[in-house]
Amino acid sequence: MTRPDDRRTVGSIAGVPQGPEGLRVLVIVPAWNEQDSITGTLDEIRECVPWADLLVIDDGSGDRTAAVAEAAGATVCRLPFNLGVGGAMRTGYRYALRNGYDVAVQIDADGQHDPRYLVDLIDLMGDADVVIGARFAKADDPYIVRGPRRWAMVLLAWVLSRLARTRLTDVTSGFRASNRRAIALFAQHYPAEYLGDTVESLVIAARAGCRITQVPVTMRARTAGRASHSPVKAAIYLCRAIVALLLALVRDWPAQLEEGAEMPPSPAAPGPATRPSGARPEARP
Amino acid sequence: MSGSTILGVVGSAVILLTLFEMMRRHRLREKYALIWALVAVSVITVALFPVLLFEASDAVGLAVPANLLFFCSAIVILVLTLQHSSELSRLEERTRTLAEELALLRLQVDRNHRAEQQHDPSHDESTS
Repeated sequence: MTRPDDRRTVGSIAGVPQGPEGLRVLVIVPAWNEQDSITGTLDEIRECVPWADLLVIDDGSGDRTAAVAEAAGATVCRLPFNLGVGGAMRTGYRYALRNGYDVAVQIDADGQHDPRYLVDLIDLMGDADVVIGARFAKADDPYIVRGPRRWAMVLLAWVLSRLARTRLTDVTSGFRASNRRAIALFAQHYPAEYLGDTVESLVIAARAGCRITQVPVTMRARTAGRASHSPVKAAIYLCRAIVALLLALVRDWPAQLEEGAEMPPSPAAPGPATRPSGARPEARP
Repeated sequence: MSGSTILGVVGSAVILLTLFEMMRRHRLREKYALIWALVAVSVITVALFPVLLFEASDAVGLAVPANLLFFCSAIVILVLTLQHSSELSRLEERTRTLAEELALLRLQVDRNHRAEQQHDPSHDESTS
């Protein structure tokens, strides 16, 4: 739990009723059985980026996640059954596309991602189509992963760095921002398979010619259920990562079964008109 | 008629009858029925004319004709299973897309409903 002190200044943006450069920003929070942590995460996000809209994708939770998130003031999209992060995120990107958002940021509901980095991610949107909030980018990163799991991460990062022609240190991070171009791409092609939501989606973005960059972030230790320390599971993770990466690299374009494809509606479609007035506290220019 | 002939003919007849009955009750689509029908007809042919099997195994160079039969059956079953896996994947992708669309529509409907109520509070449940 080390948070750099200079980050505290980010809070000074609070109160400004719009994003930087008047961007419409959507924060997508995929949540599956997160009723205990979702309120804290949402409050924190709102504190850091009060001008952004919050969309929680309830991924078929068996608990009260959706109700809790709604009570916390977020827009909640309920999936009828669990689709995994990939399915939840594609729903989020479709929502962002149809409602004409300029930037969509995805952030985990479990509090692992520090929302104070959201501003950094959004600030870089001018230079890139996809910005990853990445671990391991700084020497003093307290988030330590060892063994086969670490090798897998290094290998994936190395391949993706070549593909994106930039240095990426953490391609399995679920903390990232996308602009209109990437939103339109992800609304159509966002894999539901294992590691597809992170690695394969980046491969798709890179192959589609999106510019990818990263911001160094410090992630917090998950409060409950840290990624397993078992060496067997770590080795399985390594194998699955390699398979997922190879598949992503050789997959036919588009990288998904044609049934999943759908022509995206014009990104210029007016979104804000569908919003009931006064439903949300924040003001829009 | 030898025992193996009777076995083959009866087996194929059962498959064909089942196919017919399932299609009659709309339990099976033609694209699947066609493959099974082909399998059944091939079994009948081989059962009635075992000489075909003997000649084929001679041509391939197999000493025991039954081995050719088993090999072919294994291949057919493998291909059918693969086809089912691919159909399953397609269905899963469609289900996923439907679930996503359903969630988005539900959100939109809830939102419209709320906006309507806000716009006109006297507009109660019975009319909306």
